[in-house]
Amino acid sequence: MEYLAYGAFFLTVAMTYSIICLGLNVQWGQTGLFNVGVAAFVGVGAYTSALLTTPETAERVGGFGLPIAVGWIGAALVSAAVSFLVGALTIRMRADYLAITTFGIAIALQLCFQNLEPLTGGVFGVGFIPRAFAGVQGDAILFNLLNLALAGALVLAIYLLLEHLMRAPWGRVLRAVREDETAAQSLGKNPTALRLQAFVLGGGIMGLAGGVQAHFVGFIAPANYLPMMTFQVWAMLIVGGSGNNRGAILGAVLVWAIWALSGSLISEVFPADQQARAASLQIVIIGVMLCLILLWRPQGLLPERASVSKHLGNRHDT
Amino acid sequence: MNPQAIIDGLIAGSTIGLGAIGLTLTYSILRFANFTHGDFLAWGAYLTLTVSGFLGGLLAGLGAGAPLAPFSFGWGLPVALPAGVAVTILLTLGLDRVLFGQLRQRGADAIIIVMASFGASMALRSLLEFIYSSEPQYFTRELQIAQKIGLGMRATPDQLLTIAMTALLVVLLHIVVTRTPTGRAMRAVSENPSLAGVYGVDVDHVIRVTWIIGAGLACVAGVMSGLLVQIRPYMGFDLLLPLFAAAILGGIGSIPGAMIGGLIIGLAEAFTVQLIGAEWRAAVAFVVLVLVLLVRPAGLFGRAA
Amino acid sequence: MSALTVTGFKAGYDPDLPIVKGVSFAVDTGEAIAVLGPNGAGKSTLIKAIAGQVACLGGRVMLGGDDITGLRSHDLARRGLGFVPQTDNIFTGLTIRENLQIASELVAKPQRASRIEQMFEMFPDLKSRPSELAGALSGGQRQMLAAARALLTDPPVLMLDEPSAGLSPKLVAQVFETLRRIHASGVTLILVEQNVRAALSLASRALVLVDGELAHEGPTDDLHDGDRLGRLFLGRRAGATAG
Ligand SMILES: Nc1ncnc2c1ncn2[C@@H]1O[C@H](COP(=O)(O)OP(=O)(O)OP(=O)(O)O)[C@@H](O)[C@H]1O
Ligand SMILES: [Mg+2]
Repeated sequence: MEYLAYGAFFLTVAMTYSIICLGLNVQWGQTGLFNVGVAAFVGVGAYTSALLTTPETAERVGGFGLPIAVGWIGAALVSAAVSFLVGALTIRMRADYLAITTFGIAIALQLCFQNLEPLTGGVFGVGFIPRAFAGVQGDAILFNLLNLALAGALVLAIYLLLEHLMRAPWGRVLRAVREDETAAQSLGKNPTALRLQAFVLGGGIMGLAGGVQAHFVGFIAPANYLPMMTFQVWAMLIVGGSGNNRGAILGAVLVWAIWALSGSLISEVFPADQQARAASLQIVIIGVMLCLILLWRPQGLLPERASVSKHLGNRHDT
Repeated sequence: MNPQAIIDGLIAGSTIGLGAIGLTLTYSILRFANFTHGDFLAWGAYLTLTVSGFLGGLLAGLGAGAPLAPFSFGWGLPVALPAGVAVTILLTLGLDRVLFGQLRQRGADAIIIVMASFGASMALRSLLEFIYSSEPQYFTRELQIAQKIGLGMRATPDQLLTIAMTALLVVLLHIVVTRTPTGRAMRAVSENPSLAGVYGVDVDHVIRVTWIIGAGLACVAGVMSGLLVQIRPYMGFDLLLPLFAAAILGGIGSIPGAMIGGLIIGLAEAFTVQLIGAEWRAAVAFVVLVLVLLVRPAGLFGRAA
Repeated sequence: MSALTVTGFKAGYDPDLPIVKGVSFAVDTGEAIAVLGPNGAGKSTLIKAIAGQVACLGGRVMLGGDDITGLRSHDLARRGLGFVPQTDNIFTGLTIRENLQIASELVAKPQRASRIEQMFEMFPDLKSRPSELAGALSGGQRQMLAAARALLTDPPVLMLDEPSAGLSPKLVAQVFETLRRIHASGVTLILVEQNVRAALSLASRALVLVDGELAHEGPTDDLHDGDRLGRLFLGRRAGATAG
């Protein structure tokens, strides 16, 4: 029974990562935009949703006590707005300027989470975020299963929406822009606008994921949104297969499993006083895995169906 | 306003500038934004610390372990530095051989190489944490008293040494790049690598030289930062955004630009700490970066794209 | 003896899609040949691949008696195979003198300075302002600098990709006059050209490349008749679409 509860808990977290990964897939897989600030966009969503839905408190501005669904919508919108600002500044420039700027905004927002105490609760973050199905919280299994169902449903909904979008003219033009900008331009498409739309859509989805995570866990703190998270999500997408939405979901579950397993393995193997230090090995494993995949199977486990994008360096004609 | 911020800014800016020079060189010659560069600083500091700890024991045995007045460190550190530089260079050349070089050869897009550098950076940093733990470490336990240097500013001998050392290295490097055949070849490769091959330049050799310069400066910058502040696994990662901001502010590929960019960021950080508060220091580089991208994306000395 | 021998040579930008599809020819020492063909035929790809700039996907290239297949550009330059690309053939961010200095690294040290001076004598246009950025030169002057750079090392074989592209008729004449002098001094020339008349005035033999294959090879005397060449250029194309 305990396993069932844990399994549901594990999968729910994996589902929230899947959502982030789907968002990243819109930006990278479909559009070729390298976002090194994923954690910040997730964090913005989490804080927004927390601010909107927590009951009013004396120490902080807000809570507005709004329903969770409103929090989620707000999370997606605010994160999309931040994405818009970052994208509008850099998408026109050389590709790695977007990487550097998103890396920068992650650091800046991390500082905001820490320092804007009246809004974010400082380093201690925000607690008592309302949870979905709080009524059955006493029954761990039921609570976790219901949350899993909700998260799973969200993943499915976003997956279907994205698949629909990618098959629609918008998605096809987007890929055309990614593969051959000049050709797409000569057909009268505006690559900058399209890229920006994709970046904002992806950012919004990440923000939503942040909201979902926040309400599932019940509290948030700046330390949840470190560059480590960005890195995990990237590993998930690259392992699963960039450009493929099912790959994004598979990668999220798989890498999260590797993460959890290597974590428990380390806690078995290393003595208690060495565990904090040994935990850094988990990151080494994921980092090496990311590099190996880029070297040996850049298309990931589930390659993009139509054509593997050119920028991976290995061309395959399918 | 307290003039002390000026000297504080110049000291911090020296480290940033030295790091940014290496970054801007790899950026312009290898054509990718290298996220592992910050970690080269940290690895350089730790490697030098390891060697100097070893030497320190040895020298103490020989009765030569005492600090070199007026500085806070003994012979161990200056003797260990070249060894640290050498090992840091080996580390970067090794990383290029197994990772970046492989991707380059396959003709992978620059952005894939950027991503690989991001993954490698995480792994390198965590490996440091595993080997040395996250406990801060120091080159010396000696305390130094800041002395008056005029105009209401104070600095320690160690701090003045780092500024002098930076100035020396930058002038040397500038001469190498503008006056020597190697420097010419580097500028040629940064403009057009395939044409450089046609001219008879061995591009792989130029790439190796670039890594050697970048890694060497990164190690020196890391040691300076470690000497003046402390050595932590995250020290390089925390410097990465200032390094990028300085390189872009100076104009990618420009050595004087990177140095001046570094000094500007150092000064901006020092004044922010004084006027707004230390907790916002890390955001300064981001603000500078955004301003540069808004106003002059090619940077101060960059050629317009 | 042949200066350059190419056998069954394939090259292209994608391993699965060769642009040059198996080309064989030989160039004798001291000969000048023209490589002609319609736009997109693969002329540039062919000589870029011989020069080590594009991947060789099969076949063999011999320079004198040495197999140079798949060697990298700087190695080829060192071995005396000179190449002037069609576009972007000088470093615009370096000065004129620096452009020549980089190339002079291939020459024995004591001769470097004098070789550079010789080039300045040969191309007086460059001599007047050696410290100016090469980016400030006009189109014709750029081609002069590119040629000077390639000649500086005294290569036995020199390949040029459309040296007349984008130049006024007067400049074309000037460039070809220079090439004639170079050829007269004993350099083997391989010349890719769109300007058929100019090319034929210099070369004694021509290769016609159509769709990555040799459509014709022979003395240039045959080709002065414009119709013949026109049919060659179009023939393969028409045949390809029909078939
Ligand atoms: N860098 C490249 N990557 C991919 N394909 C290329 C590249 N350069 C040229 N091609 C393709 O190779 C083919 C041959 O081009 P190439 O430049 O060799 O022709 P060319 O005969 O020199 O034409 P022109 O007379 O216009 O210079 C063309 O179809 C072109 O699209
Ligand atoms: Mg051509």
